[in-house]
Amino acid sequence: MKPAPFAYVRPQGLQHALEALAADPGAKVLAGGQSLVPLLSMRLAAPSTLVDINALPDLDGIRVDDTGIHVGALARHADVLASADVRRVQPLVTLALSHVAHATIRNRGTTVGSIVHADAAAEMPMVLALLGGSVTVASTSGTRTIPASGLFAGPLESTLRHDEIALEAFFPGLGAGEGVGFEEVARRHGDYALVGAGAVVRVEGEAVVAAEVGFLSASDVPVVVDVTDPLGGVVSTSSTDRAGELALQHLDPAEDLHATAAYRRQLVRVLTTRVLGAAYDDALGRARGEA
Amino acid sequence: MTTKLFGERVPRVEDQRFLRGKGRYVDDVLVGPGAGGVLHAAVLRSPHAHARIVDIDVSDVLDIDGVHLVWTHDDLSGAMAEPLPLLIPHPQLTHGRTQYALAKDEVNYVGEAIAFVVADDRYLAEDAVGRIKVSYEFLPPVVGLDGARGAEHLVHEDVPGNVAARLEQENGDARAAIASAPHTLSLDLTVERSASTPLEGRGTVARWDPDTGRMTVWTSTQTSTGVRAAIAAKLGMDLGQVDVVTPDVGGGFGVKINHPWPEELLVPLAARTLGRVVKFTEDRREHFISAAHERGQQHQVEVGYDDDGRILGLDVRFWHDNGAYTPYGLIVPIITSTQLLGPYKPGAYRVVFESLYTNTVMVTPYRGAGRPQGCYVMERTMDAIAAALGKDRTEVRSANFIQPDEFPYDHGLIFQDGRELEYDSGDYPASLDKLKALVGWDEFPAFREEMARERRRVGIGLACYVEGTGVGPYEGAHVHIETSGKVKVATGLTTQGQGHATVFAQIVADALGVGFENVEVVTGDTRRMPYAVGTFASRAAVMSGSAIHLAALRTREKVLRIAADALEASEDDLEIVDGVVSVKGTPDGTASIDLGTVAVLSNPLRYAFDEASKAATQFTVGDPGKPPVAEDDEPGLEGRDFYSPERSTFASGMHAVIVETDPDTAEIKILKYAVVHDCGRLINPMIVEGQIQGGVAQGVGGALYERMAYDESGQLVNASFMDFLMPYVTEVPAHIDIDHLETPSPLNPLGIKGAGEAGVIPSAAVFASAIEDAEAPYHPGLGITAMPISPSELFELRQAHPPVEPVETKESS
Ligand SMILES: Cc1cc2nc3c(=O)[nH]c(=O)nc-3n(C[C@H](O)[C@H](O)[C@H](O)COP(=O)(O)OP(=O)(O)OC[C@H]3O[C@@H](n4cnc5c(N)ncnc54)[C@H](O)[C@@H]3O)c2cc1C
Repeated sequence: MKPAPFAYVRPQGLQHALEALAADPGAKVLAGGQSLVPLLSMRLAAPSTLVDINALPDLDGIRVDDTGIHVGALARHADVLASADVRRVQPLVTLALSHVAHATIRNRGTTVGSIVHADAAAEMPMVLALLGGSVTVASTSGTRTIPASGLFAGPLESTLRHDEIALEAFFPGLGAGEGVGFEEVARRHGDYALVGAGAVVRVEGEAVVAAEVGFLSASDVPVVVDVTDPLGGVVSTSSTDRAGELALQHLDPAEDLHATAAYRRQLVRVLTTRVLGAAYDDALGRARGEA
Repeated sequence: MTTKLFGERVPRVEDQRFLRGKGRYVDDVLVGPGAGGVLHAAVLRSPHAHARIVDIDVSDVLDIDGVHLVWTHDDLSGAMAEPLPLLIPHPQLTHGRTQYALAKDEVNYVGEAIAFVVADDRYLAEDAVGRIKVSYEFLPPVVGLDGARGAEHLVHEDVPGNVAARLEQENGDARAAIASAPHTLSLDLTVERSASTPLEGRGTVARWDPDTGRMTVWTSTQTSTGVRAAIAAKLGMDLGQVDVVTPDVGGGFGVKINHPWPEELLVPLAARTLGRVVKFTEDRREHFISAAHERGQQHQVEVGYDDDGRILGLDVRFWHDNGAYTPYGLIVPIITSTQLLGPYKPGAYRVVFESLYTNTVMVTPYRGAGRPQGCYVMERTMDAIAAALGKDRTEVRSANFIQPDEFPYDHGLIFQDGRELEYDSGDYPASLDKLKALVGWDEFPAFREEMARERRRVGIGLACYVEGTGVGPYEGAHVHIETSGKVKVATGLTTQGQGHATVFAQIVADALGVGFENVEVVTGDTRRMPYAVGTFASRAAVMSGSAIHLAALRTREKVLRIAADALEASEDDLEIVDGVVSVKGTPDGTASIDLGTVAVLSNPLRYAFDEASKAATQFTVGDPGKPPVAEDDEPGLEGRDFYSPERSTFASGMHAVIVETDPDTAEIKILKYAVVHDCGRLINPMIVEGQIQGGVAQGVGGALYERMAYDESGQLVNASFMDFLMPYVTEVPAHIDIDHLETPSPLNPLGIKGAGEAGVIPSAAVFASAIEDAEAPYHPGLGITAMPISPSELFELRQAHPPVEPVETKESS
């Protein structure tokens, strides 16, 4: 379990990093290394060059503004999880991050790295998709912003080009009348989930006026389903059951070592009910000024 | 003796070192700045489960800079080219097979060693391994017990039916007893594969010293003496030329008792060939695919019983998946077949097993070694009888217990050590009473109702076991009091973190009357104690503990003899307290001599190197008319002794668990775990409880998380800790209720029994019992007959046993 030979560069400036990346089609970005290094050690990946971005300046920031949260490429999961600003502006990010791996891995792993790694079993890609966020990326030919809806191409496949470095992820903040919920079922604490779900519910008074549920590990990319219609304005056993059935029409849960497809479908139903309930309660609580 | 340490919760002397990262494992050996010459080995392993090797081409490797050696079977000669030893032959093991150090002509599992490379570092060695080209002719793989039993294909051409062994034992006429019993039932029960998975994998370092002609080998083993003998024999060396040292071992749990691993021979051979230090440290994937597994068995039970649930006849057939080879003989299935009986005395018992080959990693004992399967079979049977009769599960067990006045109890069978299966002592009814109180058995129905009102499902289960511990043939000990007064103790078996340095020091401190902090224990170093067996089968405390006790008493005899001479007193009037020998009843300081001084007096060569030597000048000992070392004496203050028991001593215990199963997600949560444990007299209750807690944690893994997932082509698809779900600390109960019972063993001087494996034995049984109990009211007929069980599997079981009438409805949120 030792990596195959590779060249290693640790640029001090972004331009230098982008050039190094552009110069070698076999190069890969190294951020926290929590996904990449195991792949290298198992020789499942053998990039010719590693462009270590950890020395780049000004990428470790977590900034909030009126619109939401900007997370820099070198901000670690642990820092984002601990941020009171993040929790206030978009509590779904905090809720979901507490399910990402274990403390030691969160200390090194980056939230942006996790998003561009595009694992359908990972929490943060789904959260970005559910919230309608985006990622800003740079290459030697310039900078562009990719909306979450255009980011996840397939299992472990994002639409970043090989020569692009993600600089920042943007998570829109919680809107007026909104509440959020997140829950997952994993075999062990901190494992990738068998199925996970997050919900954003918007209320006016007691009535649900908009609701979306995002799923991880239920298809080969994160999937967001608008369940406003099946809820019909209320959160009840029958309305969330309908939401779960609708969601299943958009999902394709697979069988693997740890769960049958039927079990995953069951988890989709159960978690849809649970996260919609939680998000609805959260929205009502916030409306009453409790959160 | 002032304060007796036996039975005290003495903190482990090992922990400071381990917790501060100062443990010294094989991979830490020879890494210092002076170790620039260490070379590293890597192994090419078969990617196929079953194939003939047509050709191996190493030409791409030979020229790589930094590669020192590439070997295939063709490069081996003499004993090294022969199959590895079959350690424990058995007359019924009619078709035993072992692998070669490097595969010869054929590979029989994914992971089997094919070529061995030594290079400047492990990176290079792995690059080189990647460049070796092997052409194979594929053979159909046999995977899983169904495939092995079906025998459509054979693992070894010359082993018909894939049957390595068939063994039958019977006490009474079980089939007749069943035929005439008022009630009968039958059960099919399976257990899947798991493995020891110590956090430190296997590793070996060897240094050949051409100046002295000695080979020193450090290896992560459970038996240094065994590895030493194997290396000497295979490398054609004299035993006296080979030293094997076992440093700290990061877990063994059975897998490191098998020996020699191919690398344990190839590394010293390479060291001698190259004249360089060579190191092999396996990685996690290698451990999964090329060490050993255990537990995979299928069982069929027929039982006949009376109205009280008393078993009149029990007939068990089972099939044991031994993987591709049988280096460890039939130990695991023999243990299942005998220890299945637990604390019970069926009227008649017959057991037949077949040990079968598959194209998978071989099977050797893993903590519990066949007992978890046996316990699971017996306890599932007890639960089934209780359910059929509508009786409380504890009542059925009580009806079958061996009673306290029936010891020694002979089951009329032969145990793994070739001796009669005869229990020495125990008190099972008392254990059950304690367990019921500890877990709240009688209060549980009320708790269940209360939970049901909150739409929560809970269940309770229990399981009982008896464990033969402390198997022979022997262990030895050497105790040496140095002139500083410090006591150095050596025993040959190895240590994998159990706390031997603590409990053995307690024993010596008591026997000699010295301070605990002055006793230092060395294990697993053949230079210090060349006669030893190893650490397995819960035997260290019983075997080495007893030997150390005896050796310390011998040393004490010599201390008293010399001190009596020096103090001009009678031995009977002397006592040793805190390392000082004095005449009983005399005031402090008068008529006394400390142990260091006695040590000086024991050796007629007396250079005054230290204070003790000077202090000794005031005494004279020995008979001036005789030689300085008398005919029947030796210089030095040492004692050596061996302990060799007639047969194993039988520990016992009972576990109970309360689980909660989620009605929607089928997740399984542990609410309470209770253990009553009887390992005879406790040397150190804290260490025993640590062993129990570790065992329970490992048992939770085996019952709810871990399995070896082979696909039909024989690939182990979960060969990493990402997919092989060893439980984290978050998955095991944070608290375990433990109560002890102490029925001393009459077989050894300290009355102790083994405790190392116990915690893991009843896990599958107790969880199956509790989960079934939680589910039964909602899904009639749902029986747990395959372990481990995951939430997904429980969900599928529920689907297969739909509620007859809707007993619950989802509440609105
Ligand atoms: C035991 C374990 C358990 C885990 N459990 C979970 C879990 O439950 N949920 C979860 O979501 N994750 C989990 N992870 C993964 C963890 O969250 C990683 O931190 C994360 O997936 C990747 O972040 P990283 O910074 O470590 O990226 P790296 O490993 O450095 O890189 C990952 C990939 O992204 C690319 N990359 C990284 N940053 C950039 C960038 N700025 N621009 C362009 N490309 C980039 C790399 O080239 C590489 O291909 C786990 C990891 C481990 C080891």
